[in-house]
Amino acid sequence: MIEFLKRIFGSAPSSSSTAKERLRLVLMTDHLALAPEMIERLKHDLVDVISRYVEVDRERIEVNFEEHDRALAMLANIPILSVNRPEPPAVPPSAPLASASDGVPAAGARVPPAGGDSGSPPRRRRRRKKPQLASAAPGSGA
Amino acid sequence: MHQPTHDEAIAPPSAVPVASGRAIVVTSGKGGVGKTTTSANLGTALALRGARVALIDADVGLRNLDIVMGLENRVKYHLLDVLEERVALEDAVVAAKGMENLVLLAAAQAREKDEVDTEKMRRLVAALRERYDYVLIDSPAGIELGFKNAVAGASEAIVVCTPEVSAVRDVDRVVGLLGNAFKPRLIVNRLRPQLVKKGKMLSVADVNDILRLPLLGVIADDPEIIVTTNRGEPLALRNDLATGAAYRAIAARIAGEDVPAPMPPEEKETLFGRIGAMFGGKRS
Repeated sequence: MIEFLKRIFGSAPSSSSTAKERLRLVLMTDHLALAPEMIERLKHDLVDVISRYVEVDRERIEVNFEEHDRALAMLANIPILSVNRPEPPAVPPSAPLASASDGVPAAGARVPPAGGDSGSPPRRRRRRKKPQLASAAPGSGA
Repeated sequence: MHQPTHDEAIAPPSAVPVASGRAIVVTSGKGGVGKTTTSANLGTALALRGARVALIDADVGLRNLDIVMGLENRVKYHLLDVLEERVALEDAVVAAKGMENLVLLAAAQAREKDEVDTEKMRRLVAALRERYDYVLIDSPAGIELGFKNAVAGASEAIVVCTPEVSAVRDVDRVVGLLGNAFKPRLIVNRLRPQLVKKGKMLSVADVNDILRLPLLGVIADDPEIIVTTNRGEPLALRNDLATGAAYRAIAARIAGEDVPAPMPPEEKETLFGRIGAMFGGKRS
């Protein structure tokens, strides 16, 4: 009888498991906010990689974490000073990655030349990394 | 009436004391999770074991520990009277009903939390540690100055958490602020086993999967807590109640005894209780 009543009263995921999942996610965000030195290190490494391709403004980089569709996303705003990198990257440029992700062009791919390095304001570009720290919610790839 | 313990004169807070007792702050971040009830009952349970215990109500402006302990009519002086050196410590503390080894230092009611000098608070707790085996500090809610003052003289922390998302998140934050130095340990308060069984409340395992703290024990959501608080008689004194035994077991664990963390007893499930819970969410 109890089982029967339980079926009538819905078999959606229990509210306690929903609570736990929500807590897990929110604490992840909380903890990131609590670890500025980690974000500093991440910023540093990120810039190192991007700097192989373009010259960026290291002073004005912003890295934030946001929740999107119940998943955590990292948003980095990296001003590009110049795309004129004389030295080609040490590793061969990876063609598939360059056009695939998010429709965002690969760094330096389609940014018009800044007409020399002087005077022109730095270009800013949004670059989004898909969640690595949370399990991606279904359909969050759009 | 007021019966100050008149032993040898206590060293003034300015002296640098050699600490001996343990100073434990009871905190949570979130308000209303049972910090004061926990402080009163753990203080009582530790005193029942024969330890000398001082309870400090650090919730300046919202004095409550005195009324929960049933001592509101005996309190004459308060924490700020001592910190500001208007009254000697031994005159400001009030002995608990029928227990000479349990004293309370009440909070100031008509004052503000930011009127407490952190350094003086630290010295006061250090002075109390010279004379008491345990100094339990009932922290105010929040993570601002009141919390910082409550923590100032403590050597360890007990965090009280109810099985609710907001309480868990706040405890997580507080533990992050405290760091490992305070060796925070967890009491899960107001657990309702029936709701847990139905998947309607976070279980102790759920809570501690997230917090990952050493578990001191679990206190059930017992209506008797309301009754005993109404009367100002800590429930830890009651031998007939499982919740009283749970507080005493937690006290034993604090004292270092190797006893299992108390868990709420499985309530007997009655058909009536089940149906009642289904329709009204009322507990059996």
